[in-house]
Amino acid sequence: MKRSYLLIFLILVISIIFIGRLFQLQIINGSNYNPTKNSAVKIVYDYPERGHVFDRNGKLIVANQLSYDVMVTPKDVEPLDTLEFCSFLKIDKEDFKKRFAKAEKYARWLPSVFLKQLSKEDFAFLQEKLHKYKGFYIQKRIIRNYPEKSAANVVGYISEVNEYTARNSDDYEQGELIGSWGVEKQYEKILRGIKGKKHLKRNNLNKIIGSFKNGLYDTTALAGKDLTLTIDSDLQKYGELLMTGKRGGIVAIEPSSGEILALITAPSYDPNLMVGRKRKKQSSILFNDSINNPMIDRGLQASYAPGSPFKMINGLIGLQENVVDENFSVYCHHGYRYGRRKNAFMGCHCGITGRPIKLKTAIAKSCNTYFATTYRKIIDKYETSSKGMDAWANHAKSFGLGDFLGYDLPSGQKGRIPDGKYYSDNYDFRWGATTTISNAIGQGEVETTPIQLANVTAAIANRGYFYTPHIVKKIDGQNIDNTNYTIPKKTTIDSQHFTPVVEAMYEVFKTGTGKYSQVKGIEICGKTGTVENFIRVEGKKNQLDDHSIFMAFAPRENPQIALAIFVENGGYGSTIAAPITSLMIEKYLNGEISNATKHRESKMINTSLQKIYNKQIQKPDSLASGTK
Amino acid sequence: MRQERNNIFLGIDWILVALYATLVIFGWMNIYAASTTPENNDFLDFSTKYGKQLIFIILSIPLIILILFLNSKFYERFSSVLYIFSLVLLAGLFLFGKNINGATSWYNFGNIGLQPSEFAKAFTALAVAKLLSDRNYNLKLIKNQIKAFIVIFIPAFLIALQPDMGSVLIYLAFFFVFNREGLTLNYIIFGAITVLLFLLTIYFGAFWVLIISFLLITCYTIYAIYRNKRFLRFNWPKIVGLYTAVGLFIIAFGFIFNNVFKQHHRDRFDVLLGKKVDIKRIGYNSHQAELTISSGGFLGKGYLQGDRTQGNFVPEQHTDYIFSTVGEEWGFLGSSLVIILFVVLLYRVIYLSETTTNKFGRIYGYGVASIIFFHLLVNVGMVIGLFPTVGIPLPFFSYGGSSLWGFTVLLFIFIRLDAHKKYDW
Repeated sequence: MKRSYLLIFLILVISIIFIGRLFQLQIINGSNYNPTKNSAVKIVYDYPERGHVFDRNGKLIVANQLSYDVMVTPKDVEPLDTLEFCSFLKIDKEDFKKRFAKAEKYARWLPSVFLKQLSKEDFAFLQEKLHKYKGFYIQKRIIRNYPEKSAANVVGYISEVNEYTARNSDDYEQGELIGSWGVEKQYEKILRGIKGKKHLKRNNLNKIIGSFKNGLYDTTALAGKDLTLTIDSDLQKYGELLMTGKRGGIVAIEPSSGEILALITAPSYDPNLMVGRKRKKQSSILFNDSINNPMIDRGLQASYAPGSPFKMINGLIGLQENVVDENFSVYCHHGYRYGRRKNAFMGCHCGITGRPIKLKTAIAKSCNTYFATTYRKIIDKYETSSKGMDAWANHAKSFGLGDFLGYDLPSGQKGRIPDGKYYSDNYDFRWGATTTISNAIGQGEVETTPIQLANVTAAIANRGYFYTPHIVKKIDGQNIDNTNYTIPKKTTIDSQHFTPVVEAMYEVFKTGTGKYSQVKGIEICGKTGTVENFIRVEGKKNQLDDHSIFMAFAPRENPQIALAIFVENGGYGSTIAAPITSLMIEKYLNGEISNATKHRESKMINTSLQKIYNKQIQKPDSLASGTK
Repeated sequence: MRQERNNIFLGIDWILVALYATLVIFGWMNIYAASTTPENNDFLDFSTKYGKQLIFIILSIPLIILILFLNSKFYERFSSVLYIFSLVLLAGLFLFGKNINGATSWYNFGNIGLQPSEFAKAFTALAVAKLLSDRNYNLKLIKNQIKAFIVIFIPAFLIALQPDMGSVLIYLAFFFVFNREGLTLNYIIFGAITVLLFLLTIYFGAFWVLIISFLLITCYTIYAIYRNKRFLRFNWPKIVGLYTAVGLFIIAFGFIFNNVFKQHHRDRFDVLLGKKVDIKRIGYNSHQAELTISSGGFLGKGYLQGDRTQGNFVPEQHTDYIFSTVGEEWGFLGSSLVIILFVVLLYRVIYLSETTTNKFGRIYGYGVASIIFFHLLVNVGMVIGLFPTVGIPLPFFSYGGSSLWGFTVLLFIFIRLDAHKKYDW
């Protein structure tokens, strides 16, 4: 009996080892087993239709269109009449071989795209013929379509989801589409809807052998919701037309709601280029164009010094801080001397000498001396320059400057409003109002984006408050209820202080820098700006042609449109920016351009700054000799 | 004799019969799960695997009746004839056999294939029992040992020529029988150490195993000298022999593994030992089997609910890998139960063997237990990833007529012999 113990013992040991191993496999490893993430389960998605996008007047600006791809599963293909087949597809035999080899290389047993995007006629024809060819079939896809061919920067585009997102998000799989820019990105969740999931059982050869657990885990697709934008498509297109041959941005806002009426960047592109067969080639051209940068939204992302329009903010702060009043006046002698050194002098082009200049005149004639004086008074009102700077910055920031505005588009810039801390951190010497005097006229450290300036205009038009600009008006037919966009934000300036400023802006169009851009019957209030800009090439500072800036709203009472325009290297504000602004206003308020201003329109469309832009990409020495 | 024949059913060990029936029926249920498709699930469809297996099971009933009705003395008396008959069948394969998957293991009669190696096990067990049960037979004698080895070597050799290395491996099980009947344990220890050294050599390389083995032997020698200063005086040939043997073995293993083994053999070892991670090709079977078993969890997915089984992810899942289906659909509970059922069966066979007064019956029973145990060890060990891939069936469970009948013959001859013991005096 004793000799039988060996086998008995071994049986016992082995069975314990086996059960232990089963425990390890089934209880320990098996606990993190997910029934739907299993190679025996294939998940098939049912993609819902992406939501449409309309403009404020109900015009369809982003649509879907059906596209038909010829697919092939190489394994299933039987010998075929290649010549006939090629004639159906309108390709030659070489092309056929190449495409087929590519599909075979990808995977013999999986379908891959053989020919992309058939025309509708070809589809109708092929649909009847294709069943003869085993292994080939037609796959219907939905792709984006932009009937208005404009507002590329607003609507954005969709693209294949990147690997990182595909791996880390439950919502996306490799190869699926995701909104990558503009409204498509910002409202991705609303537009895309919810894809349906079907769990199917498959075998080791990837063949479907039935539904998994009778559809226990399956979900149905939910179509994407439609969006209505605040954009006026006609105005948008008109602005894009006017910006032909120029670089810059126009932002138009409805002051009474904060709705963005137009958001124009130039140069831009036809959004249809980012769709379909030629997308790959086109998009790399667009993205790699580092000279024109068509993929940058200059209305949102370009941060420039605002120039003269910023003087109005200084005037308003002066009034609010009670360091000046409407009747305060200065004398201007071609500029303002703020120190003893020879170059401590700020020139002025207002051209009024020997007469006292009050606020209204100062704004209308853009007098540097007046605002330098005011700015100094504001800063010096407080015991330290730092505190004065902080108070000043607080007022400026209440206009939505110096930080992201909070609009519903994915790109943007903060701009900059310097405060006391900013200078204390950057200057290791004692600084005061005169050190930062450039801020008085919107140069120096102040930087704003066109949409921020447009918002300032809206705040002035509203006499003291603004709604955060936004691009979406309705989601699925319902007005948006985001309180960030429906509750007005008050500036720190009391509303009575706006009256002289608005008067002065009206004066600009009546007698000032905007007088050649008047529109009959519309009381436009505006302010030109011209901003010096420099480029640093190999350590040498070169001055380039001035940027042209304009901000305006109309009509004077009960304003309906407020806008800011920025034209890079556009020279004086009155030559390009002001006329474009007036045309935009006329177009929006009257719906058409009157004969009286037609010549202005054609002149603006035909004005091209390409020569000036070309100068910038020339070699540094020729650039230096090209400027004064 | 007349009386015995009439009362044969009284002596039958019904526990073994019940275990047999349970395993066969449960096995069939799993074969059904593994080979059914939604379009094709009529279990009387005899073109399918489960349909055929059903026929095999039904046909095993007359076979059982025949075995039980034959006189128990018949098996003892005709063991040599049956043994030689099986050898002839094995040898005949080289003339009439059919080559399937590179091995000539099958006779083909129309649609039906017959695998003589499945029956040879039972008949070899009879021959071994016959040889060892001789009253004058003493396994301590080298001469007798060689006789015994020859009895198992001939069928093993013929099967090795097919080649069917999995089935050859099973003949090692007879060493447990020999050991039980007086063969020194040294053979098994020697075998175990050889296997261990072999695996270590593959895993760590000949060089390191050599150094460590020599170190261990040296340590042992020093320890022995420490205990008995004159140790070396009498034992130096042993120590020198040990060094030489171990050294030669290890070097030989390295040589055999690299030069004699075929690449697919090497791959199987490498994958098992974790030296190669390849879940696509060489390790595909094992990997898929492990995944399938793991996915069963504690309670399993339920009968006929195994999505991985239905997806045919595990190759040969109705034959050698049937245990993976058990693991997926019946979970930890079901698969442990199957192992426990086997253990109970084995203990029952050993218990009955040990309690019989008939030496022939005891040795045969021990052979039965050893063979079934080896099958269980190699098959389940392979499916759950503890053994290299060796294709042998799981007794009573796996699909296949020869395999089922082979084990039926093996077990029921024992049941018949056991039933006889009650009338042996």
